[in-house]
Amino acid sequence: MNAASDGPLLRIDALTKSFGGFVALDNINVEIRKGERFGLIGPNGSGKTTLVNCISGALRPNRGAVLFGGEDITPLPPNLRSHRGIARSFQIPRPFKSMTVLENLMVALDFAAHRDLFETAAHRRDEAMSILKKIGLAAKANVATATLTQVELRKTELARAMATGPKLLISDEAMAGLSTSEVDEVLDLLISVGGGNIAIIMIEHIMQAVMRFSERVMCLDAGKIIAIGSPAEVMANARVQEAYLGT
Amino acid sequence: MDRNAIAFWFGAVLFLVIALVMTGLIRNEYPFFAGYVILQFIVLAVAWSILGGYAGYVNFGTNAFFGVGVYTAVFLAKAFDAPLAVQIATAAIVGSLLGLGIGLLTLRMRGIFFSIATIALAIIIETSITNWRYVGGAAGIQLQRPPVTVPFDSYVKMLFFVQALLVVVAVSTARAILNSRIGRGLHALRDDELAAECTGVPTLRLKLLACVISGALMSAAGAPAAMYLQFANPDSAFNLNYSVSVLAMALIGGTAHWIGPVLGAIILGATQQLLAVTISSEVNVLVLGVMLVLFVVGAPKGILGFFRRAPVHAGKRA
Repeated sequence: MNAASDGPLLRIDALTKSFGGFVALDNINVEIRKGERFGLIGPNGSGKTTLVNCISGALRPNRGAVLFGGEDITPLPPNLRSHRGIARSFQIPRPFKSMTVLENLMVALDFAAHRDLFETAAHRRDEAMSILKKIGLAAKANVATATLTQVELRKTELARAMATGPKLLISDEAMAGLSTSEVDEVLDLLISVGGGNIAIIMIEHIMQAVMRFSERVMCLDAGKIIAIGSPAEVMANARVQEAYLGT
Repeated sequence: MDRNAIAFWFGAVLFLVIALVMTGLIRNEYPFFAGYVILQFIVLAVAWSILGGYAGYVNFGTNAFFGVGVYTAVFLAKAFDAPLAVQIATAAIVGSLLGLGIGLLTLRMRGIFFSIATIALAIIIETSITNWRYVGGAAGIQLQRPPVTVPFDSYVKMLFFVQALLVVVAVSTARAILNSRIGRGLHALRDDELAAECTGVPTLRLKLLACVISGALMSAAGAPAAMYLQFANPDSAFNLNYSVSVLAMALIGGTAHWIGPVLGAIILGATQQLLAVTISSEVNVLVLGVMLVLFVVGAPKGILGFFRRAPVHAGKRA
């Protein structure tokens, strides 16, 4: 194998993003390994979603680079990043609302980079169904997304992201607004879904979820990394407690 | 080919055969004169719905594409005595280039801003044509029809059949898009452009494709109009009524499927022709407005909405 495949899956290199005079991300450097479960925390407005947008391609950074699999993807639009293996869910679910759950996944499979693996539309449909089974949405496959509950929408987002065949999945507050039992359900899904092969960046405010999920946690505050390390280390950090927990 | 495709192509061939046989059997030219307009509106409405319905980019510049088709034909007829087929093919190419231009607008503009830009585009082109002496300027231009080709006994009947051919081209194109992943991709970007892009859909390429195809069909539909009227002037070729009528036809029919704009164009087009004969052509616009209001309020998904089953409700409120 070449050197790139031994390196980190994702490397954020001196990334800076500002909106007018407001610096949303200030010189962020971080690496994420293949299959790593990575928690991203920070108070509201600290730059978490901006970072996700820079990784997924919805925003272009002012300076710095995003490297994926050793390749500079900074100039690529979101669809080409998706083809390289970056998938995301949105903070507020954004399903294709005129379609059924299954059709939402078919969009991903129809345009995925690994589309050739499935010869016919029937094969892609089977793949979509098997993803829905894994996520626990098989019963809702032919239901219009407009009629789904909040937790079902979150799962649909997750399933659609999985259907793109990702190496990196970014989950942006997939548990916001869910009940305790639903949080556990979605968390179990996130932990099991990749089978250790998919790196997952999880943005979350629910601390128990972050602690249970993450192998490493990074805390942002005002666009800067204030702590990074094991969940216990980061939680014990005085600056994190001050910035995030507001004590 | 599956059974659906066989049925579709059988229907298309049957439609053309009936159109052809009618031109031989019916002596009176008027049905073809009126029918031509309805067929023309079917092409325009179907073409409009590829961008406006599938992709959700509401184009108010149908008149720009139509007028460009008319004047491409006028120019070719005057400059080179070009035959009708060449006029239509060239109009389609020019229309597709104009579509590409509109497509590039979608890079920066969405929703109402895109629509306003398309109106502006129509005005710019109309003004340019108005100031172009060679094709008649503001006063317009008279055109001589060339002799009619067999098997047709009148030029209007031939134009009727040509427009029927364009209907088949437009509908089969719209159907092919709907049945392919392009259609699914366009629907995805209509629902949510960022989510579509993050799901791997090449949104820009699909939008450009939709604009180019839609534009080519609209301009192609406009090209025979020059010889149909034997006259062209900027006022009528770039009339905003084309934009409004076509939009109303697509919305009244429903844009979820290609049959929607076809139904809308037949119903509204026939009503307009009927009113133009019985009352006055001015009443058209009033009827159009009233029908549009009724449908927007009573049937937002158009006629198609009546036939489609309501989405499956899972016993829970959304």
